[in-house]
Amino acid sequence: MGNDVTMTIDGMTVTVPYGTTIRAAATMAGHPVPTLCWHEHLAPANACRACVVEVEGSRTLVAACSREVEPGMVVRTTSERVQRARRVVAELLASASDASLAPSLEALCRDTGAHPENWGGATWHQPVRDDNGLYVRDYAKCILCYRCVEACGDQAQNTFAISVAGRGFHAHIDAGWDRAMPESDCVFCGNCVAVCPTGALIDRTEWTLRQNGQWDDAAITTTDTVCGYCGVGCGLTLHVLDNRIVKVTSPPDHPVTHGMLCVKGRYAYQYVQQEEAAGED
Amino acid sequence: MVRRLLPDNESVLPLLSEERWRARGYDRALAQAAALGPDGVIEWVTAAHITGRGGAAFPTGKKWASVARTTDPIKYVVMNADESELGTFKDRVLLSGDPWGPLTGLAIAAYAVGARDAFLYVRGEYPEIEALLKDAFGWTRWAGPLADRLTFHLYRGGGAYIAGEETALINSIEGKRPEPRVKPPFPTQRGLWDHPTVIQNVETLANVALVLAHDPEWYRAVGTPSAPGTKLIAVSGHVRRPGVYEVPMGFPLWPVLMDPDYGGGIGGSGRLQAVLIGGAAGTWLTADECREARLDNESLRAYGASLGSGAMMVFDDTVNIWRILGQVARFFAHESCGQCVPCRIGTQRLVEQLTGDRQPDYQQLRELGEAMRDASICGLGQTAPQALLSYLDRPALWR
Ligand SMILES: Cc1cc2nc3c(=O)[nH]c(=O)nc-3n(C[C@H](O)[C@H](O)[C@H](O)COP(=O)(O)O)c2cc1C
Ligand code: SF4
Ligand code: SF4
Ligand code: SF4
Repeated sequence: MGNDVTMTIDGMTVTVPYGTTIRAAATMAGHPVPTLCWHEHLAPANACRACVVEVEGSRTLVAACSREVEPGMVVRTTSERVQRARRVVAELLASASDASLAPSLEALCRDTGAHPENWGGATWHQPVRDDNGLYVRDYAKCILCYRCVEACGDQAQNTFAISVAGRGFHAHIDAGWDRAMPESDCVFCGNCVAVCPTGALIDRTEWTLRQNGQWDDAAITTTDTVCGYCGVGCGLTLHVLDNRIVKVTSPPDHPVTHGMLCVKGRYAYQYVQQEEAAGED
Repeated sequence: MVRRLLPDNESVLPLLSEERWRARGYDRALAQAAALGPDGVIEWVTAAHITGRGGAAFPTGKKWASVARTTDPIKYVVMNADESELGTFKDRVLLSGDPWGPLTGLAIAAYAVGARDAFLYVRGEYPEIEALLKDAFGWTRWAGPLADRLTFHLYRGGGAYIAGEETALINSIEGKRPEPRVKPPFPTQRGLWDHPTVIQNVETLANVALVLAHDPEWYRAVGTPSAPGTKLIAVSGHVRRPGVYEVPMGFPLWPVLMDPDYGGGIGGSGRLQAVLIGGAAGTWLTADECREARLDNESLRAYGASLGSGAMMVFDDTVNIWRILGQVARFFAHESCGQCVPCRIGTQRLVEQLTGDRQPDYQQLRELGEAMRDASICGLGQTAPQALLSYLDRPALWR
């Protein structure tokens, strides 16, 4: 068992492979920790701190998403300190950002009994950035989870069109000198949109339908297919509402894409719905 | 008065002269290091119980041993001269009074761990120190092989307090945003460009040079058993003689305020209210506590305090401490890198609570402070509420 690590989570002894994170070990032990910024196909950003746990011998709490288990480690996932920290994280985020399209943050608030209204003060409220035909940026919802930056950077897209700028409360996602996306290096793959957990980045079609009160999760059906544009064979999931495609994603567990696509696969679906027009020509 | 780090008699010799370097005993230090060999140097530094003077008080010998042990053929050493903690100016005084001490210590560190490149990360607002160090690099021509084998790289600080945090400093040198990295891995395992890296405060390196110029026993003759040597204390605020003073570790705090050789007595109204020890990230000591406290981490622990960067900010009884807490909160809100939630939003909420019109709820403030301390990524967010929490613990300061 040289490649295994035995440790304790909430009093339970668990044995997991070397290199496992506390988060993964806790999930295996049936005591999952909440996460906001963590994403299964991105390196942990460690930013939200919702996943902190108590590790015996450690002065501060420890982010379970990135810390690897060690032999004999004693972890508590629900101690008083942990619960206080999680609740404060939830309150701080929800006091600053609009959580209405962020199910993970809403759940964290609910589960921790957070009272964001106890904190008045500055918020992230700001105008929507509507500067391109494919997606909308509503940063009032942003929780600065870094997922979009990672996806645009070396974790998936390798375009590096966006990064974090500014400091402290004013840190924000920026495409360089506050540029509009069409003026930036963006190639409109929409991979940032795909990983955004809060609706701060949202496809234009979904945005428009939501604005008009026409988006209806319950009425949407999905169909899996393969992208027809090139020979790579990316898996697509078509989200269909009233017999029209309203969104294209790729299954996160797809071996080729891990949920990432290019601009054609993700956004160039209108032709499917333009049969007559194309045929007449 | 003990004078080890801060030079005395030799100060008649030109600052950057070879004679001065010899008069300070640093020629002996390099020769001794070469005679001991890398492992022997680490043994001496370990035996001297040098602890880091940049704030965290980590044992220096232990840090070097872990880097020396790695199999990576490329290793780096860094002098951290970013000094940006409020009320902290001891590294500037030390470098402008005795640049040879920290530089000699840096060369010894590089030799001990097997590094060929030494980096100096100097606060951007210290241009005269930057110029001084650049001139000092000429010593490779005459200071012998331990200096000559090294390439020195001088970096100007990235313009933020957070850039002094060791992993943010690494990002800064690499040309990235000075955001702290998650630890582990520590810089000793994966530092600059992923190679094992020793990062040391200016004053720590000066202590290294002293140990090698003498021996561990000489070094330990001053200070306490757990913290030998001397400490530079930057005294500012309401004292008659603000400045940097060198005292043995464990020296009583009171004479540093009152003795004519040190602070020379309370300024302003002449009546002491409190001292903020350790910088903005520090702890309040009431006037009564100041009478008993001693300047070493072991004895300060009883007050929930530590030496931190060695800053003591002194306030007379006319000062509204609540307003100082608001200023401290503003500092941290401005200096937070914004990466993690407890610090990014927490520092903002602290400013609002401490500078607003409403009387804040102490219980709510305490919970926020404790969550920031427990859940922030780096020392900035972890210690940003420290002054507030220590104030909440001391009703004597409330009014
Ligand atoms: C926000 C922050 C700022 C820091 N700034 C400095 C600094 O300016 N100079 C310094 O030596 N250490 C600074 N430190 C501590 C370093 O991270 C590191 O512990 C130190 O340089 C190690 O050297 P030492 O062991 O010799 O003290 C800072 C830490 C934090 C959290
Ligand atoms: S759409 Fe693609 S290229 Fe543009 S910012 Fe998002 S991830 Fe980067
Ligand atoms: S825009 Fe979305 S993905 Fe990007 S940091 Fe904000 S919440 Fe995270
Ligand atoms: S604690 Fe503050 S300074 Fe440190 S990483 Fe978090 S946001 Fe940045």
